[in-house]
Amino acid sequence: MLELNHIHKYYNAGTVNEMCLFQDFSLTIRDGEFVSVVGSNGSGKTSMLNIICGSIPLDDGMIRINGKDITHMPEYKRQRRIGRVYQNPAMGTCPSMTILENMALADNKGKSFNLRPGTNKQRIEFYREQLHMLGLGLEDKMDVKVGVLSGGQRQAMALLMSTMTPIEFLILDEHTAALDPKTADTIMELTDKVVKEKKLTTIMVTHNLRFAVEYGDRLLMMHQGQAVIDKAGAAKQQVRIDDILEKFNEISVECGN
Amino acid sequence: MSIILGVLEEGLIYAVMALGVYITYKILDFPDLSVDGTFPMGAAVTAALILKGVHPAATLLLAFFTGALAGCVTGLIHVKLKVRDLLAGIIVMTGLYSINLRIAGGKSNLPIFSRENIFENAFLEQHVPEAWSPYTAVIILFAITAVCKILLDLYLNTRSGYLLRATGDNDVLVTSLAKDKGMVRILGLAIANGFVALSGSIYCQHKGFFEISTGTGTMVMGLASVIIGTKLLKRFGAVKATTAVILGTIVYKACVSLAIALGMEASDLKLITSVLFLGILVASGNKGRKVKAHA
Repeated sequence: MLELNHIHKYYNAGTVNEMCLFQDFSLTIRDGEFVSVVGSNGSGKTSMLNIICGSIPLDDGMIRINGKDITHMPEYKRQRRIGRVYQNPAMGTCPSMTILENMALADNKGKSFNLRPGTNKQRIEFYREQLHMLGLGLEDKMDVKVGVLSGGQRQAMALLMSTMTPIEFLILDEHTAALDPKTADTIMELTDKVVKEKKLTTIMVTHNLRFAVEYGDRLLMMHQGQAVIDKAGAAKQQVRIDDILEKFNEISVECGN
Repeated sequence: MSIILGVLEEGLIYAVMALGVYITYKILDFPDLSVDGTFPMGAAVTAALILKGVHPAATLLLAFFTGALAGCVTGLIHVKLKVRDLLAGIIVMTGLYSINLRIAGGKSNLPIFSRENIFENAFLEQHVPEAWSPYTAVIILFAITAVCKILLDLYLNTRSGYLLRATGDNDVLVTSLAKDKGMVRILGLAIANGFVALSGSIYCQHKGFFEISTGTGTMVMGLASVIIGTKLLKRFGAVKATTAVILGTIVYKACVSLAIALGMEASDLKLITSVLFLGILVASGNKGRKVKAHA
């Protein structure tokens, strides 16, 4: 279970440009939930993810995972239980290393990075199977550098790599936004498959309302640092794209644009 | 013939240094200027230790460790005190100038001609036939460089080596792997400066003295060698990057000797170094830091 308790976050604190993003924001995500998060630009979606992962500091409040306070834990230590896929497909892989080396890197997450061989030869067959699951033919190009792959291929690998070792949370930060519609669909289906197979607690930020409606069992809509829609279970199943669009328009009118 | 031997000797001495620069510049994407200080540091440590009676071969290892220590300092300044990479290197380089003088007992020039070293000692005199003696230095240098290269290649294929490569490539991924990228940077700088100081130690034993100004231009020379190696030699098929760097150093030294053979003075050396470096940068289309094309 992930808890955000009374989060306060200001940008440019103490200057004329001070902007309050979160004021007393709280959110609880139960184990096994797949939460889709939508919202306009600047509504705090990505900031929320960054706060959970520890990429940006908090001004006030507490973050707990399974009851344990992780508010002051450095980013890299939190990542042990968290897998994250970024909007930019280049962020999840190492371009100048081969597919095999990238898979081996991901496989060693949580282990000691000592002087043992970087690639365990006995695991190659396992990597091949995992890559085969993507259906992109990457299993036949294990010695190709990841830098020459397309964005979609890299994103698929990034997804695979971030979920290869046992994790508790999967954080998806607009992970289909930089892909063409067809590839985005493929990656989204793949995401759903991986999440269901590994029973991961997932938070997905997306601008694609269709994905937000079709996938996941809880829907959040963020606006000015608050969740203006929060529907789970049966209520979530009834949400249609038009409902969200309507809410979007309402908010935009409030903001005066 | 003696010119070719000279080029090979010089090239192989500096190849060890270039391997260090390859780690920081190519793998970690860190322009590390502290090498201008750690190269003479290796030489100073070696000269001082040999004069104290330490075995010449042991000074190689000790020089490596002192260089690694200096590399750690650069890394700590950069990572923990959040000083920019270039400035962290400059701070360490400047500080090392004084430290090197202290190591050498306050002298800017410390001759060790009278002592045994890895190239001239009783063991070699007994076991190497007279006819081979012009080649012993090259053979010893080749062996040392080969060992360094092989060890580095092996290291880069360990888990720790993978992480080092990943840090220069995409440090976001290193964080995702729940590893502290700062620690990896410090480790990389330590290994790199260890190689540079080792190279300084070899240089000192080969020339027979320590001289405080030998470090000036080390970084430029190393970068030139790395760029020649990785950019220009890449066209000749699949050469391992470390091999390419060693070959690059030899090619670079050949260019310098050529310039001197064409009538330049030995005192023009640093000018040749920098002009040659500029030429290489322009020719290879690599005019500055590696641009983060993938980020």
